[in-house]
Amino acid sequence: MNGEPDRAGKAAGIEPFVSVEHIVKRFTTADGSLVAVDDVSFSVARGEFVSLIGPSGCGKSTLFNIIGGLLADYDGAIRVGGEAIRGTHGEIGMVFQEESTFPWRNVLENVAFPLEIAGVPKGERHERARHFIDLVGLGGFERRQPSELSGGMRQRVAIARTLAAAPQILLMDEPFAALDEQTRLLLGDKVLQIQQTLRQTTLLITHNITEAVQLSDRIIVMTYRPGRVKRIVDIDLPRPRTSAVVSSTAFGRHVAEIWNDLREEASRGMRDDERQLRGGAER
Amino acid sequence: MNSSQWGPSALGLGTAVATAAVLEALIRGGAINAYIVPLPSQVVLAFERVLVEENVVHRFLLTTAETLVAGALITVVGIGLGVLLHRFRLIRAACETWVAAFASAPVVLMYPLFLVIFGRSATTIVMMGFVAALPPVILKTLEGLAGTRPVLIDVGRSFSVTRSQMFWKIMLPAALPTVFVGLRLGLIFAMINIVGVEFLINFGGLGQLINELAERYDLPGTYAAIGFVVLVSVLFFYVTERIERWLRPA
Repeated sequence: MNGEPDRAGKAAGIEPFVSVEHIVKRFTTADGSLVAVDDVSFSVARGEFVSLIGPSGCGKSTLFNIIGGLLADYDGAIRVGGEAIRGTHGEIGMVFQEESTFPWRNVLENVAFPLEIAGVPKGERHERARHFIDLVGLGGFERRQPSELSGGMRQRVAIARTLAAAPQILLMDEPFAALDEQTRLLLGDKVLQIQQTLRQTTLLITHNITEAVQLSDRIIVMTYRPGRVKRIVDIDLPRPRTSAVVSSTAFGRHVAEIWNDLREEASRGMRDDERQLRGGAER
Repeated sequence: MNSSQWGPSALGLGTAVATAAVLEALIRGGAINAYIVPLPSQVVLAFERVLVEENVVHRFLLTTAETLVAGALITVVGIGLGVLLHRFRLIRAACETWVAAFASAPVVLMYPLFLVIFGRSATTIVMMGFVAALPPVILKTLEGLAGTRPVLIDVGRSFSVTRSQMFWKIMLPAALPTVFVGLRLGLIFAMINIVGVEFLINFGGLGQLINELAERYDLPGTYAAIGFVVLVSVLFFYVTERIERWLRPA
């Protein structure tokens, strides 16, 4: 920050709010030690939307769990506002890939959950929960049970629940992976709208190139195992954006550029899988 | 109200009536011995007699109350032990198989021991029902807690919930449907054993009445009394379902 003009300069003149510094994560497997994440560093500025993209097996989900504080036992540091953090942290709100609404709570009670945990009185937490339910476009569904909603709606409930905790950073792990492409694009619009309103610092983990380009200010491209930062791409598409941006030539150029980077990594992953299967067959 | 709502209950009632009618015809026709299987029409008539002469309402309430006490005990002790087994891996590893084995043991045969300990009393009856019904509640509580989806636990952790919040606000509600399967099974086990012990020690509610009527060779009366046992079971089924829906709407 103040004392490090060179690093601030690297992030195009914006000071880093979240810094991920030299993260290394090893897993012990039956065949020995596996390096899942190898010296990954990047930063996210306040209000910025950054996506982390990579093929399966690049350690994306591992990084999600490390940054969110669910996974301890790694080397390196995570800093928020310059302060190193370990373990789960109120500053970071997580949205999971898997369906994660509480099926025994209605929409309102789901979204109010973090406020209930924080001891906010009922009237106030319901009022605040309603605000976030409206924000994700689910006004009128407060009393519905998750089982009555579609997958996309449930994922919006989960996003509203995380936002209700007022985190400084929204951390999402492929939140739309289970949804069809159309729903995904429309939910992307919703996320863009929310981003517009809240100026929420967001780190999205995804394997979907169009989603990453549609939403992000910057995209961090990861390599296949061990996961390293391959390249950081600035997305200069104008804001405010909508899903209509997918038809622009600039969008197509970005997608092509990132696919170029990813193709090599994805095919390396595929070859690796095949080799393992063959090796298993020979044994 | 449309026909699809009435369909299932109409089919159920229709089947019962039709079965009774066929049975009635077979007995009257001489294909089934009327001294062994009483006429369904006589069983229906016997309901009035059992109600008026045998004080069945009092006995029904007694058996219901015994089952209720046993039910409260299995809820508190069974869920408590299930939580304990889930919490401590060592206890679980040591006990789970034993509990499962105990679940299939004919516990009712232990009644002489209970007679010695508690005497010929309602306590013996309730304790027999309690002990016989405990294993399914323990096992299903354990299964429910262990089956909590990991992502829900991660959600809790991401909001930095305390240990007790994790249990009361996430794990227990997530386990509740499975816990209720255990409770329903437990209540059935409890009631069967309670009526069985009442019958065996000739003491208390509906079981004793069935014993007496059978001794008198009043078969229509016996079946009518068994009808009231079924009623107890239906009552508990209905009540547990209501409680579950109240605790966990979904």
